[in-house]
Amino acid sequence: MTEFFRKNKLALAGFIIVLSLTVAALFAPWLAPYDPASQKLMDRLDGPSWRHPFGNDELGRDILSRILVGTRVSMRVGATVVLLSVIVGVSIGGFAGYIGGWLDTFVTVVVINSLLAFPGILLAIALVAFLGPGLDRLIFALVVVSWVGYARLARGQVLKVKTLEFVEGARALGASSPRVFVSHILPNIIQPILIQASIGMAVAILSEASLSFLGLGIAPPTPSWGSMLNDGRNHLFDAPHMVIFPSIALVMTVLSFNFLGDALRDWLDPRKL
Amino acid sequence: MFAFILRRLLLTLPVVWIVVTLVFGLIHMVPGDPIAQMLGEGASVTEVERMRHELGLDRPVMEQYRTYMLGVLHGDLGTSFRNQEPVSQSVLSRYPATIELAIASTIFSLIFSIPLGVIGAIRRGRAEDRFISFATLLGVSLPNFALGPMLILLFSITLGLLPVSGRDGFSHLILPALTLGGGLAATTTRMVRGSMLEEIRQDYVRTARAKGLSERAVLFGHALRNGLIPVITVLGLQAGMLLAGAIITESIFSWPGLGRLTVQAINARDYPLVQGCILAIALTYIFINLATDLLYSVVDPRIRYD
Repeated sequence: MTEFFRKNKLALAGFIIVLSLTVAALFAPWLAPYDPASQKLMDRLDGPSWRHPFGNDELGRDILSRILVGTRVSMRVGATVVLLSVIVGVSIGGFAGYIGGWLDTFVTVVVINSLLAFPGILLAIALVAFLGPGLDRLIFALVVVSWVGYARLARGQVLKVKTLEFVEGARALGASSPRVFVSHILPNIIQPILIQASIGMAVAILSEASLSFLGLGIAPPTPSWGSMLNDGRNHLFDAPHMVIFPSIALVMTVLSFNFLGDALRDWLDPRKL
Repeated sequence: MFAFILRRLLLTLPVVWIVVTLVFGLIHMVPGDPIAQMLGEGASVTEVERMRHELGLDRPVMEQYRTYMLGVLHGDLGTSFRNQEPVSQSVLSRYPATIELAIASTIFSLIFSIPLGVIGAIRRGRAEDRFISFATLLGVSLPNFALGPMLILLFSITLGLLPVSGRDGFSHLILPALTLGGGLAATTTRMVRGSMLEEIRQDYVRTARAKGLSERAVLFGHALRNGLIPVITVLGLQAGMLLAGAIITESIFSWPGLGRLTVQAINARDYPLVQGCILAIALTYIFINLATDLLYSVVDPRIRYD
């Protein structure tokens, strides 16, 4: 691991940022210098200063505090969406690939193809538009959109691994199908899934921010980077800091997960040998 | 070739059917009563029932489904709840603006990505390549709702060069196209670079060099022509994504296209119009994928025999 980070400076940078974001997400209420919902209309749209390093928004709320608490929202949505998508995707895709036959045909041809017929974010927008805004509905919509990628990947990996000798060996020794799948196949397909999960975090965070930007995500007054950007859009002339700082937070987060995912992919790519 | 096109067209039909079915099902996912949601809290029971009857939501679901499918086949997507216009008319009137924006974004992304991808490949591992790789990763990570306001801040507010919103000539198209095409340019650059790296190692490139061709002729006359084949697929898939991205970009720049109409319809809870917009975008996405596959088979005949 040390060697991996020594050779991949960008991955190290990504890892440090992800670690900092996790700390920020966990301890946001204590780290935030002000209450993110507290309004001071006298100080509305104030630019960056020593008291408010990122300035204030249109209601006089401290932007730094809102970004910190927004980290919590982003990381929570990202982690939940990725975790649920991996569980659903690997279970369905992996099992379909392992069992084969009509189940595999149904999953790949009907379910996966029909979900892939929509651009991912469009389906999420459509679902949230009809289900209504809210954190649980947002997470549901994003899981519906993203589990398919993991299912396809897991299915492909299982098809490759299930014909290998150690799997046949386990079966010959009398292991049941669920046991072979969980104990022998799963550990051997987990690497590419972890890489996709790292990039999936970036995608989930971006999707949450996109939906919140459109007013379809996290309901106010809970701060979300997407809704902060939407608020800031109306004050580009008089308070550009309202757009600049949430943008930097979002880009740094997405970039760090992409750095990690890219570096892991290069590291685990057998073709580099 | 004809058999391939026919097979590909036949494979598209079930996908279209599934998409139309899913879009039909959306209105039934609304928690509670969709009519009450559309009319708001102040609506009387009589109004709600009248609207339910007008939209046909008081009939059995299978009958509604049959009517919807037949309507779609005849180009009838229902009536907008807010302005009482046919949905298909509203969608069609906004469609050209979105297509114009998507084409401009694709052209912009190709103008950037092909030269940058080629430079990244031929200068692999050097400073130029590292810079391009970093810039493309940044481009992939920069969402259009962050890029758009930044571009407005720089080009419209600070430099005063370009207009902020609307659709009135070429100057109005530049910022939305840059915003929408930024991510596509980054993805395509990575793809061109990767593809070119594969090609410049091939034997035919060595042969071309050995027969004395200039480096420019080797790269652009031979390697790039083959290197662009896989790029077509990515471009096709990503161009479809542009339509979804247009929902945000058009909102930022008040671009009067399908994306902005979708957001307006969502905010107005005009469910028939939202369904129409989503269906139009999804069908265009399917059509672009189909066109990409067919184009791919023309450019690379090996595909047809798979």
